[in-house]
Amino acid sequence: MNPLHALNDALVIAKRNLIKIKRVPDILVFVLLSPIMFVLLFAYVFGSAINIPGGSYREFLMAGIFAQTVVFGATFTGAGLADDMQKGIIDRFRSLPMSRAAVVMGRTASDVIYNVLTLMIMALTGLLVGWRMRGSFLDALAGFGLLLLFAYSISWMMALVGLIVPSVEVLNNASFMVIFPITFIANTFVPTDNLPTILRVFAEWNPISSLAHATRTLFGNIPPGTPEPTVWPLQNPVIYSIIWAGIIIAIFAPLSVRRYTKAAKKS
Amino acid sequence: MDNIIEAKGLVKRYGDVVALDGLDLSVRDGSIVALLGPNGAGKTTAVSILTTLLEPDEGTATVAGVDVLREPADVRKLIGLSGQYAAVDEHLTGFENLDMIGRLYRLGRKRSRVRARDLLERFDLSDAADRPVKTYSGGMRRRLDLAGALVAESPVLFLDEPTTGLDLPSRQELWRIIRDLVKRGATLLLTTQYLEEADRLADDVLVIDHGKAIAQGTSDELKDLVGGERLEVRVTDTESLPAAREVLARVAVGELQDDDRPRVVVAPVSGGAPVLARVLEYLDAERVEVSDVVLRRPTLDDVFLALTGHATRPDEDRTEQVAKGRGAS
Repeated sequence: MNPLHALNDALVIAKRNLIKIKRVPDILVFVLLSPIMFVLLFAYVFGSAINIPGGSYREFLMAGIFAQTVVFGATFTGAGLADDMQKGIIDRFRSLPMSRAAVVMGRTASDVIYNVLTLMIMALTGLLVGWRMRGSFLDALAGFGLLLLFAYSISWMMALVGLIVPSVEVLNNASFMVIFPITFIANTFVPTDNLPTILRVFAEWNPISSLAHATRTLFGNIPPGTPEPTVWPLQNPVIYSIIWAGIIIAIFAPLSVRRYTKAAKKS
Repeated sequence: MDNIIEAKGLVKRYGDVVALDGLDLSVRDGSIVALLGPNGAGKTTAVSILTTLLEPDEGTATVAGVDVLREPADVRKLIGLSGQYAAVDEHLTGFENLDMIGRLYRLGRKRSRVRARDLLERFDLSDAADRPVKTYSGGMRRRLDLAGALVAESPVLFLDEPTTGLDLPSRQELWRIIRDLVKRGATLLLTTQYLEEADRLADDVLVIDHGKAIAQGTSDELKDLVGGERLEVRVTDTESLPAAREVLARVAVGELQDDDRPRVVVAPVSGGAPVLARVLEYLDAERVEVSDVVLRRPTLDDVFLALTGHATRPDEDRTEQVAKGRGAS
């Protein structure tokens, strides 16, 4: 299959997914509201209780919320595919001479737009409650870019899950069970220095920690006087996050496409 | 090439259930063939295999000479499919649906748009073109789905129960569209459980039951298969049934047919009007009160009954046929 054809088909599908977001305002409301809620909750509930020596917890927090939200947002990819697979339109897609990768590629692509929207809303809310980006503009852009790349990789992971589970409900529960601990056993919301050893090691090597740390660094939100990290992933958080994103895509993109092709043959 | 669709020995099992049990099928280029059979006969399974949606457990199939199993991607370039459940995206408008399908057939941006508008016009959906499909009626969705199958002007079309569940006016509207289609020269394989539909649309009817082809021919050939004419008598009350059966047995050229309508006896006869006159005479002599007597050519219904020993399908459209064609009692 010509890769340009696959790209064309994926874009057509992505456009279709985006039209749906536009047509079903409920989805849009959640896209806009839940990140706002996250920022406000964390900023005011945790922000009032936790002190970061020499810095503002609210600033420390934002990168963590960004990381957690975009990772959670990948559930949307899985849900979209699980939903699609139950609809008649999939039969149409299967019978068309389109790329077998297009439905999944289009879905992960449209979810990048979804994440852009989410990040914008969150950033604005953050700015309103006192968060500031203290690094250069380019660094800030790089921070958002990294978040989007990482989210894109998790989208591919959730795409596979979405194609395996029998319904959207199962998907939501299953992903909650996995994503919640992964995003919490990390430096997303609290510094990890005082965690029990096992959790601390997990947190240090957890790519979510690198992602949060990289973003935090790029946004200039590391409180002055914070000790330099001692483990490699946190010393090179950008590279470590990119490597993880690359590995996840390399594993899950082919698996998802294969799964789609198979699922398309079964029923 | 003579046969544009050719299938041999298709077998598909779902656990213990045998959906297809060695189905052979051939469709001449440019013809309309109806796969006729009751629910669960294997019609949809057959179409799914021919359209590459499903792999058979055994058997081979080609569409326009291309092997369905070995080169499914090439087969998809040649076919248009309209399924039993309208395969359209309900959040998109009618136009967006067809435009998307055009893009996925890789007609290009401009041609896809023109084609979408054309088809919407032809299927009388122009007014609803820019409304989300969610707001469409069942008949409109079906028309849109059918239009989807035509976007690329594919040489081979598969319509799986195109009118199932539609009311009569929508069904007749679809029949008109399908007939127009064929004038264009496409080959069409359609599945149906409606005898009338097969009768009206198809050049060739393939009767299938329990996953096997049990007869193939034009609808006239199939009717000749069971021979002669049918004489139907409807009595006014159930008590007169035995007497009516006795009378019909005198003129019948074969066994009387069971019928699922109440108070009706059907007999195969030959000899036309004189037989009818005799039967009326006998009935009168036996003082059997009848509300309706009909002499008719065999229907595909009779064919089906003769071939399989059971009627084709739910009663709903039998009542409709009776009301329409034969004059109600």
